[in-house]
Parts: sequence; structure tokens; C-alpha cells
Amino acid sequence: MEVIATRPKSLTDLQFTYCPGCLHGVAHRLVAECIDELGIQNTVTGVAPVGCSVFAYKFFDFDMAQAAHGRAPAVATGILRARPEMQVFTYQGDGDLAAIGTAEIIHAANRGENMTVFFVNNAIYGMTGGQMAPTSLPGMKTTTSPYGRDTNDIGHPIQVCELLNTLISPYFIERVSLLTPGDIVKAKKAVKKALTYNKERRGFTFVELISTCPTNWGMDPVESLTWAKENMIPFFVPQMFRDKGAE
Amino acid sequence: MAKILMKGNEAVAEAAIRAGCRLYFAYPITPQSELIEYMARMLPKVDGCFLQAESEVAAINMVYGAAGAGKRTMTSSSSPGISLKMEGISYIAGANLPAVIINVQRGGPGLGDIQPAQGDYFQATKGGGHGDYRLIVLAPSSVQEFADMASLSFDLADKYRNPVMILSDGMLGQMMEPVEFKEPLTDAKIEELGKQHDSWCINPNVDGPGHHHNEINSLEIDPNVLEQHVYELDRKYKLIEKNEILFEEYKVNDDNEILCVAFGTASRVVKSAIDELNDEGHNIGLIRPITVWPYPYEQIAKRITAKTKLVHVFELNLGQMLEDVKIAVNGKVPVEFYGKVGGIVFTPAEVKAKLLEKL
Repeated sequence: MEVIATRPKSLTDLQFTYCPGCLHGVAHRLVAECIDELGIQNTVTGVAPVGCSVFAYKFFDFDMAQAAHGRAPAVATGILRARPEMQVFTYQGDGDLAAIGTAEIIHAANRGENMTVFFVNNAIYGMTGGQMAPTSLPGMKTTTSPYGRDTNDIGHPIQVCELLNTLISPYFIERVSLLTPGDIVKAKKAVKKALTYNKERRGFTFVELISTCPTNWGMDPVESLTWAKENMIPFFVPQMFRDKGAE
Repeated sequence: MAKILMKGNEAVAEAAIRAGCRLYFAYPITPQSELIEYMARMLPKVDGCFLQAESEVAAINMVYGAAGAGKRTMTSSSSPGISLKMEGISYIAGANLPAVIINVQRGGPGLGDIQPAQGDYFQATKGGGHGDYRLIVLAPSSVQEFADMASLSFDLADKYRNPVMILSDGMLGQMMEPVEFKEPLTDAKIEELGKQHDSWCINPNVDGPGHHHNEINSLEIDPNVLEQHVYELDRKYKLIEKNEILFEEYKVNDDNEILCVAFGTASRVVKSAIDELNDEGHNIGLIRPITVWPYPYEQIAKRITAKTKLVHVFELNLGQMLEDVKIAVNGKVPVEFYGKVGGIVFTPAEVKAKLLEKL
């Protein structure tokens, strides 16, 4: 019998701790599959954030570090400078990367650190129970914006790819979505390209993955996909921002 | 090797490089700027990594990453910057990582000023960051000792997989004194020192995929597991307390009328005052803690005799180490205190006058 699909070698046997319908599992799998395909499991290392994916350090089967909230790009920088022969990635959510870790991500990108950043954006703080994120949409109700995000009071959601795209140094920036099977196929191409560039030591690579949070959005998984398509995709438009390798 | 006249900030930087530090991450702040500038000049010459971080917070987290990758790494700053590093220091301690942090203290609180002070004693020795953890804290009192503490710090950090802080101040950082350096470690020796960490640190799986899955981590969500982790740290701290206490006795004997206790820059001034008073026929001694954590409680207690009228503490703060001295003395004799704050250093005459009041 031919095996056509199996658990990636780069994932441990631990069961994911994510909620039903959460897309972190898909994102983890894409990263692990690409690492397997590139044959870098023995030389790759990742940095887990604070947030729902805090346990990523247990799920990926290679050396991993767990960082303080928002500091993953700084931790990754330290690892990279100590072990330049390794491939280093961070895996961060929207609160981690776009609020408390804003300085770290901008400066790691600006230094052109040879790291890959996977930015999982679901417009909410998941682990702490559904608070407003820097990427929460205008009018979006969360436990800390119970009357809806008021852009006059707290500003507009931050479009991180657009922000990083103002910098000269980054090598690759793409936003993809995980909302449909077709999207996931496209997302995998972006993940693989970023890790390939990383392996080739081309510089800073960034992939934003538009995701959902059925639990804290108060929806079932299918509703959450529909809501994300209708509300997130028009604002966080999936697109290639920069690919210096294609120039 | 001949002695070189050097500022403390530069001497400790040179000594750190000689001790195998090849990864240094920091942010500019006075009065430690010569240290970061020296590293910027010299580390590239030994194929080391100098990186000026975007913030103190980023710098200490880069240290966390580099230490997690098993390499000798260091950061330095001055008081307000050290406050910003406290989050990262707690993580480094929680994750059992070896790293060296230098604090060239200045006056505080807040932005304070840029003159020498010892107001960060509590922060360095009692916590500062969150959670139950300990830093090994070394307090130099000369440029030579400041430099010598670089290799000692890296050795202790490696031995215990624990962060080590050198608690210096603006005086020792800025002052020039003759200093003699140790021979630099060879690249082979540095490589060997790094290899000792391979069993737990981030490093390539040279034997193939899945050979090891090392985790650099301070998170234990199960309280029963975290409890065991913290007890494990505590066992390490007790071992450090047992093995690593360092102190200097200056003119200490069984007939001391007054026993002084002072560390760092303050201790130098106290020594000058003691010299003058003893020349005039008095008998005063000084205990200078070199490790301020672990603290020489028993060593101080042992030196209190029937002749000791009182113990006198001198610090460049409002009386922080004073609390540890009181624990050591445990009510046996009165404990007096004199301090200066705001970045002002007392003179030998002031210290002498204070002691004369008590004689």
C-alpha cells in the first residue's frame, strides 16, 4: 500500500491543544511539511511566542525556544548570530507580533536577519480569552472592546505586511489565507518559498497567514470561515508584497 | 604581561573577549558607553558578533537566544537600562541559561543622573524581575577586579547555567587604573566550552533528523511541574550559596572596635578612612563582600567579637545592603549606617568623621 499522506516528521506525536476549528494546526502542518520537504529538520530551529501557539515548542520536532511576549524576533536574532549555520523561524500571533513586539519585528526585518517569520493573524487575543488585538477590525466586538472597536479612540487595525514593506531590507513578504483548501495550497507555496530563501541565506522572509478564532469570535468553525472571508480578507488582502528572488 | 592604563568599562570589555565572549548585544547608555563602543570596535576583529539592539529589552532577549544556543554571551547597561532588562533576566534564570550582565550603576530612581551610585543593590540581589530566582552578583572595587570578574562570571554562568551580574558603578566604569589581563582563550578552547552545552542547547542535529529535541523554555503550565522546577532552581541556589561566597577582609582582627561593611566603590573610600584612623591608634576593620549574592552572612557574623562595639555599613544608597548586614549581625551589636545618594560619593574625611563619632 502506498502512503500518500502522513504526519510530517517535523511534528512530534503530541496532540495539538488547539480549539476545534482553529487553524493553528493547519499552519503548524504547513511549516512542518515544508521543513521535511526541504530536508532541514536537522538544522532548523524555531521560536514560539506567547499566545495560543505558546506550546509550539513542544509540537515541532527539533530544537525550539520559547520567548517572552513579543520578543521572538530578538530571541531568534540571538540564536541566529550564535548559530548562523542553522535556519531560524519565529511563529507569532497578532498580539505578540503587532502590539507588544512591534519594535522587535520591525528591527529584525530592518536588519534583514536571515530568519523566517510566520505571522498568524486572527484579529484577536486567543489564549487570554478574546481581547482586542492590534489587528481587530473596526467595530469588532471583543471582551475589551465590548461596544466594538472604535477607531477614533484606539485607531485602525495595523496592516503588518504593508508596514514592513516600507523597509528596504526584507527579502520576501507575502500575505496568504488559510480559509479554503485552495488558499491552503497557496499558503504552502509561500511558506515553502520563505523557508527556501531562509535555507539559501537570502535574508528576512515574512509570511502572514490569515486565520480564525471560532471560540473567541463566538462562532462555529464554518461561520468563522465565512466571517473571515467577508470581513478580514477585504482589509487584509492576500497578496505578494515583495519577492526579491523573483526580481 | 605588562599593565595597561584603562577605563573600567573598556577593561571589562577586553577581559570578556579574552574570556571567550563572542556574542554581545547592547543598547547605548551613560555611563557604560565605552563598553559598548569597545565591543563594537574589537569583536569584529575576533570574528565575534557585536549587535547594537533596538532596545534594552531586545538586547537581553538576544542574549537569551544566544545563551540558548550554548554560546558565551553578554550584555551591559546602566541602571535604567537594567530595569528594562529585568523581564529577560527572569526568563534567562527560569530557563537555566548561562549569561553575563554588567550593570554600570548610576543615580536613580527614574532617569536619575549619570554619576556613580549603588542604588540597584536590591534589584540585583533580591529579584528585580518576577518570580523566585537568583542572580549571582559580583561587586568589583577596582578596574583590575572589574576586569577579572569577566572570566569569573562566564565560568560561574557555565558551571551553574545561571545568569551572573557584575554590579559595578559609574566610578569604576569611568575611572582609569592599571590593569593586567589574562591570556585570551584560544578559539579551540572557546569551541570546547560551547560543546559542554550541546546536550541541552539549540544546536544542529549533526547525527540526523530527530536526534534531539532540546527546549529553551521557562513555561510549565502544570503547577505541580512548575513547583518541581522551582525547587530544582532552589537546590542550585543553595549549592551556589555553599560554594561561591567571596569576600575580602581588610584589617580585620579579633580586637576591632568597629567592623565596617561596604562593597564596590564605597569600600575604597572606607579603606582610606580606616587607614587614617588606624594610624592614629584605633582598630577598625572592613569586610568587603565581593559576591553580594550569595552574601557572606556567616563570615560577617564570625567576625563580631567581645571587643566589637558596633558594625558600620557604608553605601552609596539609602541603606540597601544594610538589611543583609543586619541579618548577619542578628542583633548582637548595634548596626550603624551612613550613605550618600544622588550620585554623590562620600569622601574619606566624611567616613572618618562618622566613625570618630562612634569611637
